Amino acid sequence: MEIVNVAVLPEVTSAGVIIKAIIILAIISAIAGFGTYLERKILAFMQRRLGPMHVGPYGLLQIAADGIKLFTKEDIVPQNANKLIFKVAPAITAATAFIALAAVPVFPDFTIPEWIPLLGGTFVPSIAADINIGVLFILGMMAAGLYGPLLAGMAQANKWGIIGSARTAIQFLSYEVVTGLSILAPIMLVGSLSLVEFNNYQQGGFSSWMMWQQPVAFVLFLIAGFAETNRTPFDLLEHEAEVVSGYATEYSGMRWGMFFIGEYANMITVSVLAAVIFMGGYNDLGFIAGWLIVVLKIAFVFFLMLWVRASWPHIRPDQLMWLCWKVLMPVAVVNVVITGFVMMV
Amino acid sequence: MSLEQFKNRNVGSQTYKMIESEPTPESGMGRFGQVVKRTFKGELFVGLYVTMREMINALFIGEMHTVKYPLEKLPISPRYRAIHDMLRLLESGHYRCIGCGLCEKICISDCIKMDTRYDENQRKEVSEYTINFGRCIFCGYCAEVCPELAIVHGGRYENASEQRAGFSLFEDMLTPIDALKDQKEFDGFGAVTPNADNAIKKTPLAY
Repeated sequence: MEIVNVAVLPEVTSAGVIIKAIIILAIISAIAGFGTYLERKILAFMQRRLGPMHVGPYGLLQIAADGIKLFTKEDIVPQNANKLIFKVAPAITAATAFIALAAVPVFPDFTIPEWIPLLGGTFVPSIAADINIGVLFILGMMAAGLYGPLLAGMAQANKWGIIGSARTAIQFLSYEVVTGLSILAPIMLVGSLSLVEFNNYQQGGFSSWMMWQQPVAFVLFLIAGFAETNRTPFDLLEHEAEVVSGYATEYSGMRWGMFFIGEYANMITVSVLAAVIFMGGYNDLGFIAGWLIVVLKIAFVFFLMLWVRASWPHIRPDQLMWLCWKVLMPVAVVNVVITGFVMMV
Repeated sequence: MSLEQFKNRNVGSQTYKMIESEPTPESGMGRFGQVVKRTFKGELFVGLYVTMREMINALFIGEMHTVKYPLEKLPISPRYRAIHDMLRLLESGHYRCIGCGLCEKICISDCIKMDTRYDENQRKEVSEYTINFGRCIFCGYCAEVCPELAIVHGGRYENASEQRAGFSLFEDMLTPIDALKDQKEFDGFGAVTPNADNAIKKTPLAY
């Protein structure tokens, strides 16, 4: 990969950033919607079923049908609910998921052609907000996203919602420590919080991937990522068999849909983080172009989440706390200490 | 999917595997050892392997188990007892029913009603014959008792309706005359046993 001199790049204008934000919002929402289709389809295949088949060829238009359903459904606010918080909570989940994506390099740079009126010649950057604390910002935003389920569960005057939000608090307190500590060791090695620096650190091909240097941190990050996105071994917040739908019990229509979009956007963010921090980022791999290989890596991590959901049972809240506090956190601390010693010697 | 799977009545225990579970560890060190053992045993990856194997088998080897029901149907057993059929004699095409009334008599849910009269040749003919499928419990006694194998159970099991009472007339259940060559003998309740020919003895006329 050729090293691009930063000074050569055109100036990033506010118009370009706004265009980028709209692109991220539109495309990631669409991919999140498509993710629900993929999830249903892959889970079905793993259970030897067909999944959605009737809307469009192979059920491809199922997203459109679901969208129409969500938008036209009656929007119910329970009588005793705290109406303001009840209405704000889904927006927190969806918004923080997309704000986290602002610091993630999503698509390559491009310049809008000159012949397009009004916006012609605007440079659209690959990262909407190229801040030098990228990883920290993303993790912080994803952690703030947990306020969505927490407030939603407490505002809806429903006992299942209360249990769901209590579990949110438990989960948040458990995994967040592990996420931070697991990612600390790679940060020490790279010496930067910028995702671009992480990518450049792994330029040496397959053997230079961070997951070979930091296998423990990689596994810990994956486990914490599953907890962060409420995916199956740790989907305590809304497990139907136990707490009806947890924090989402009283939600219907598009408010519920916003929780869903937020969850899938978070899945994409975690996939991007795993791909860029641990799996070599968007460097070329052999003859495969960088943009393609990063898409394949992100798709693999996304697939892994669905695969695990089809395979493993989920655990109890106390088991999650036990796992995070008594196993994963000590392992992460030991990993950080060993990394520090190796770096000094 | 073939009929053999339906005919196998001995489902279950023959494929069971007993899992040897270890005793619950008593001491703290024992519990720690169990955690370490489970962590490095890789059983979670066996789970991942199983689901991936099922997906590959379903997608590429054709072990998908979905039957798209209104478009595809599973084969049903020949002994299945669904809506009745009235069969015809293969030689003449006349219906087999001789109007004996045994099915009406034996029907335990009292759903068969029939009426007979003599026709111009002084043969008994069926003038009225209805089965109330709102009452019928598909027990199969009518087919079993029928001396002529005239009333049998067919394979039409999709009998949902908007009304509780649903009647079927003789003509509706009778094999259409142009479909006579497709008429199949009923294998189930009341049918002739497979070795019926060997069991027949000559009528004793000697005395």
